[in-house]
Amino acid sequence: MHDAVILKRMQETSPRRAETDSGPRNERGAIELHGISRVFPGGLAAVDGIDLRIEPGEFFTLLGPSGCGKTTLLRMIAGFEMPDAGRILISGREMQAVPPHRRAVNTVFQSYALFPHLTVAENIGFGLKMRGIKSAERRQRTDGIMALLQIGQFAGRNPAQLSGGQRQRVALARALVNEPEVVLLDEPLSALDAKLRAELQIELLRMQKRLGMTFVFVTHDQHEALVMSDRIAVMERGRLRQVGPVADVYERPGDVFVAEFLGLSNILPVASHRAQVIETAMGPLRIDASATAGHSAMIRPEKIKLGSGPPDPAAANAFAGIIREAIYMGASSQYRVEINGVALTALDTNLSARDRSWRPGEAVSVEIDPGNIVLIPA
Amino acid sequence: MTAEAAIPARRGMAWRAEDFARRFRLWITAGPGLAWIVLFLIIPSAILLAIGFFSIGDYGNPRLPLTLEPLREVAGYSILGWSPGNITTILRSLLQAVSATVLTILLAYPVVFFIISRPPALRPLLLLFVILPSWTNQVVRTYAWMELLGPRSGLSHLAQALGFIPAHLGLLPGVFAMQVGLTYNYLPYMVVPLYAAAEKLDWTLVEAGRDLYASGQKLFWHTVFPQTMSGLLSGIILVAIPAFGDYVVPTLLGGGRSMMIGSLIASQFTETPNWPYGAALTIFMLVFTCAGLAVFRVLSRRFGGTGAMM
Repeated sequence: MHDAVILKRMQETSPRRAETDSGPRNERGAIELHGISRVFPGGLAAVDGIDLRIEPGEFFTLLGPSGCGKTTLLRMIAGFEMPDAGRILISGREMQAVPPHRRAVNTVFQSYALFPHLTVAENIGFGLKMRGIKSAERRQRTDGIMALLQIGQFAGRNPAQLSGGQRQRVALARALVNEPEVVLLDEPLSALDAKLRAELQIELLRMQKRLGMTFVFVTHDQHEALVMSDRIAVMERGRLRQVGPVADVYERPGDVFVAEFLGLSNILPVASHRAQVIETAMGPLRIDASATAGHSAMIRPEKIKLGSGPPDPAAANAFAGIIREAIYMGASSQYRVEINGVALTALDTNLSARDRSWRPGEAVSVEIDPGNIVLIPA
Repeated sequence: MTAEAAIPARRGMAWRAEDFARRFRLWITAGPGLAWIVLFLIIPSAILLAIGFFSIGDYGNPRLPLTLEPLREVAGYSILGWSPGNITTILRSLLQAVSATVLTILLAYPVVFFIISRPPALRPLLLLFVILPSWTNQVVRTYAWMELLGPRSGLSHLAQALGFIPAHLGLLPGVFAMQVGLTYNYLPYMVVPLYAAAEKLDWTLVEAGRDLYASGQKLFWHTVFPQTMSGLLSGIILVAIPAFGDYVVPTLLGGGRSMMIGSLIASQFTETPNWPYGAALTIFMLVFTCAGLAVFRVLSRRFGGTGAMM
């Protein structure tokens, strides 16, 4: 059956939409957090005064190292934990007094949390059954979502008989079949191997765009966050370090933590800053007129242009460098290149294999476009 | 082809020194236990079962020729014709066992969930309090209940005041006292396996249930209860089987009007000796219990996964 047909059917057989749509019309699927804090026994603030708005239909990622409070925040949105301070609004409605089973929110758990005593189809139909939806409709909707996620052939199996990727799909189906306003995903792909993970990332993204539900995705994997998200919130120690569209956060990190957590980066302390030139350990660097003041300069490795031969005197920031380390990674090569005693990480696409691979000890020219130098406050 | 050829070759060398040593070690370690079981369980049981097919001697002793008469007697046929006495006793025992099992289940769930809701360091101690009484002799414990339910006890005074029993009477003997005794004695055997299952309960499944719109009773029945199923099945086996054949409680608390199968069997070997009949009753109990276990095996496969103890 074609995806679009199934999808249409799912929507047609969904009388619940109207029923849950009691909030402001355009707010369906929006999440608002106002001053959310959660202090664990022992005084540790897992989540510390978070204000955040997640837009309807957005793929939003909470990214951060383990213990940064991202899972606690997700659990508060689900209703498993109550904030010690602050307000949560989902689809414009206050959630303080609303228990998890009354929230139009479904979770995909990290461990999948499939019911071992139920079959795949029973697992998927569980939420519908609990809401008292008749078995004929339940069947139709579970069949629909199973077809959409290509797990129909496992309907009668027990979760124990499935592979990790199949369980993941079942867990996703079990959440999506309820057509929640918000889907919460707690590191759902972390138990899978790299290839399957990449496949499921794309699938998850397609599914989210199709169904138009708000997805809040928790991960510690920056690559995953970059691939999937519309917007990212980078968290550290219970606080939001930066929130914004993926490209913004990557290209214009607000601080050193974000710069280093999201992708690779070269951070150079800025000794002095006058007009459009900053003084760094590797020498003076021309920067863009639009650059704001900052204590550090950040340069992404892929934005460093390497070349053979002497540096071009006409270029803005051209240096002579020596390759200290070379790692061939197939599609690209990663170099440690030393300029005036400062080692930078540079990423070079292996555009052609012939003269593009330098060996340690080789002299290279290094060019950095002024527009690619980002000044960050701390 | 080569693999197929290799297997008989290896089998042919089965008595190499290292194989011999391995077998020797196996027998040394398993042997004594095996001998104990054969000597003190299998052989005596076989003798007892065999007695069930002998005729009755003048002193109730077994004698030849072999006959099915004792088994017919279990079914209710005697020289005076058929009477439902035995069947009634068996059914009464069964009812008592089922009722005591249900009561232990109803008591054990709150106890177990109380214990696992305490801090982990405190749990073994609380569990110990449940198990501790079973370290004393069952007869002693049952005698204690005779005191507690006797005519001069506080409980009896209360029951008298409320008009449940006439003045100067105790709460025993009778069905009530027997249920109290059985439930009390077998509660630990329900609590322990249930605790084992409940302690390793996967609470994310409960969260998943809440996430999927279940609450209250629905949440318990759909997410908690199935996870305790293996412990529950083990507990039922541990309680129902011994309660079915219990001898001490019916004798001390049940009184004469409610003969149980345990007492019936015991009396065939003591007061009114009739060994073949006693043995035949035992055979019946054994078959009955095995049939019950077989049903449970099917149930535990279906619900408990690897659970139960079979």
